[in-house]
Amino acid sequence: MDENWRGNLPQIAARKTGKSRYSFVPLFMNELNIQNLRVEIADREIVRGLSLTVPCGEVHAIMGPNGSGKSTLAKVLAGHPDYHVTGGAVTMDGENVLELEPDERARHGLFLAFQYPSEVPGVTIANFLRAAVQARMPEGEELEATDYYAKLYEKMELLGMDRSFTSRSVNEGFSGGEKKRTEILQLAMLEPKYAVLDETDSGLDIDALKTVAHGVNSLRGPNLGILLITHYQRLLNYIVPDHVHVMVAGRIVRSGRKELALELEERGYDWTREEAGEMAVR
Amino acid sequence: MKPAILDQLMTEAQAILSGPSRRSDFPKWFRDQQHGAWSKFQTMPMPNRKDQPWRFSNVDLLDLSQFKLGAPITDNDRIEILERSRALEQVAGRLVFADDQLLQRDVLSEDLQRKGVVFQPLERAMVEHTDLFRKYFMSEPATLGSAKFAALHHSWVSSGTFVFVPRGVEIEFPIEIFHWLSGENSAVFPHLLLVADELAKVTVIEHFRSQDRQLPGFACGVNDLISGPGAKITYVCAQNWGENVIALQINSTKADHDAAAKSLNLHLGGKYSRFESLSRLIGEGARSDLLAVSVSDGNQEFDARTLQDHVSPHTASDLLYKNALKGRSRNTFGGLIRVEPHAHFTDAYQKVRNLLLDDDAEANSMPGLEILADNVKCSHGATSGQIDADEMFYLRSRGITPAIAQQLIVKGFLNEVIERLEQPAIADYLRGLIDEKFSRAK
Ligand SMILES: Nc1ncnc2c1ncn2[C@@H]1O[C@H](COP(=O)(O)OP(=O)(O)OP(=O)(O)O)[C@@H](O)[C@H]1O
Ligand SMILES: [Mg+2]
Repeated sequence: MDENWRGNLPQIAARKTGKSRYSFVPLFMNELNIQNLRVEIADREIVRGLSLTVPCGEVHAIMGPNGSGKSTLAKVLAGHPDYHVTGGAVTMDGENVLELEPDERARHGLFLAFQYPSEVPGVTIANFLRAAVQARMPEGEELEATDYYAKLYEKMELLGMDRSFTSRSVNEGFSGGEKKRTEILQLAMLEPKYAVLDETDSGLDIDALKTVAHGVNSLRGPNLGILLITHYQRLLNYIVPDHVHVMVAGRIVRSGRKELALELEERGYDWTREEAGEMAVR
Repeated sequence: MKPAILDQLMTEAQAILSGPSRRSDFPKWFRDQQHGAWSKFQTMPMPNRKDQPWRFSNVDLLDLSQFKLGAPITDNDRIEILERSRALEQVAGRLVFADDQLLQRDVLSEDLQRKGVVFQPLERAMVEHTDLFRKYFMSEPATLGSAKFAALHHSWVSSGTFVFVPRGVEIEFPIEIFHWLSGENSAVFPHLLLVADELAKVTVIEHFRSQDRQLPGFACGVNDLISGPGAKITYVCAQNWGENVIALQINSTKADHDAAAKSLNLHLGGKYSRFESLSRLIGEGARSDLLAVSVSDGNQEFDARTLQDHVSPHTASDLLYKNALKGRSRNTFGGLIRVEPHAHFTDAYQKVRNLLLDDDAEANSMPGLEILADNVKCSHGATSGQIDADEMFYLRSRGITPAIAQQLIVKGFLNEVIERLEQPAIADYLRGLIDEKFSRAK
């Protein structure tokens, strides 16, 4: 792979218009596209033919019962080596994601906020993020320390984080809420094109939830597509999604507008299961 | 040009197995000691893998026949070595040796001299501080396997450092000593004799380096570190010998009542590098911290043997060794906590962690306890593991390449030990050496 590929531009093709003038149109849509994805772990199929499209600039929420495969989907997108993709395709702005290494996917603009972020003993947040930002720079170019810290402190302020966090080891001894905030801090620093947020709201108290939602909302815009995994419709009051999808047993069984989340809150998942069952029979 | 016959004579005279040293400017009593040590060296058997202190060690690497004393350092080498002999920004004093020849001595500040601090080459100390020298120089027998090499050291030692810090004097910045290997097949016998009198405080850092990282060489060092009542000594070894160096280091620490002794040994270089660390807690309330960090790769072999010897009651020792192993490298640890019959109310800990970064790397740890007193708190444990796959994935998911991720994780793993020094400037310097080792490996 070309390590230096990091453009925000969609791939383009020239099309002849009229006389001898050319205009450029995207050959691929700017979107994260998942087609009929199948994933196994330990010989068990967890994701079972899932299709989903997140256009850049939109926020899509996924809700679904425990064990339905939401985190598996998130980790497969990020390239976790334990999961085995047995079928389907994933593209990001037309580029085949599945053939990229996890770190390449990230450098090409994919980000995952983990449901259970790992602890990295002895590595400070400052050094960790610095390495991540440095990894996105062209070979031979050194990150300017003062610029880096200015940006880091700005983002920390946005997320209501104390500066002393920068010298603590990544996630070591962090409270659940602190871990989630740190994930969003990384999102803010790394400026991906597509971000998957896996239950970033769980474990947050109401004030932290508002702060984190504010942080995410401030990043929202035409250059970022977000896939939001959550159990609680409450989060969606703060980060209002463009679309809501219901995932059951490894598939998207229903999609709708944000009102779907309210309906789920009221009725639970059983009715979607039944409909999914009907779908399978048909 | 020298006549060839003279050259040959010199070479013969200088092979270390032809010993002992014939330096005539040492006092007679010391030359007598050297002859005695030489006889001892000759009569003692070479180490054998079947001896417990050499278990798992690759003793075949200890063929010393090719090693000799280095030729006089040329002016060009001298300039180069001195230019490269910089590590810490602020030091209280500095000595630079290359092939055991003293190249430079930065004198102590007038203030420290006035307070009676002594920082001088060993041969001067023999004359000017004979009593202290005779009392402490190699006063502790090498009991962890290398008695034969301690004898070799004694019979060949030609230079080294004597540091004496008088009662109540605290030296703010570290004293820095460089030992360079310069010529091909050179042998050096570095020595540090450090005596901190009552309530004194001092930090000494030794840098072991090769001018040419490819040249074979041999280093056989001995340190005597004495922490008087209530004194605080910190000793740091930054071992970064070239790739084809065989190195043995025999350290003994003595902590008197309420004294603290802290040592950190960083091992990065050498083909075979062994260090023996004897820490004796001889006075009530004494405390000793034994820290070590290593990163090995290729076919490197590191070998550490320790004894935490609690002689008096209410003493504490805490050993923390962390090793990261790459390639086909090997690391051996053999350590014993011994609590002697009267040493009640002792706290003694020993923890060894090995991080195996490649399938072919091998770590062998042999922790041990021998408790002959009551009311003792002891724990020991050695574990080996690999980088946690989820942790690695987490770093990669942020765009960090596997090589950099590994380096970050290893440095994080080792950092716990380095932080225990509580000396930020030295800690930064040591982390820099580790980074350098990683970038060399590319
Ligand atoms: N490494 C693994 N080994 C074995 N089974 C696994 C592994 N990872 C996930 N699974 C299984 O896959 C299924 C889906 O798990 P996943 O974590 O993706 O669910 P989820 O939808 O995120 O659930 P939750 O809402 O509780 O977070 C579960 O049955 C889980 O036990
Ligand atoms: Mg989950």
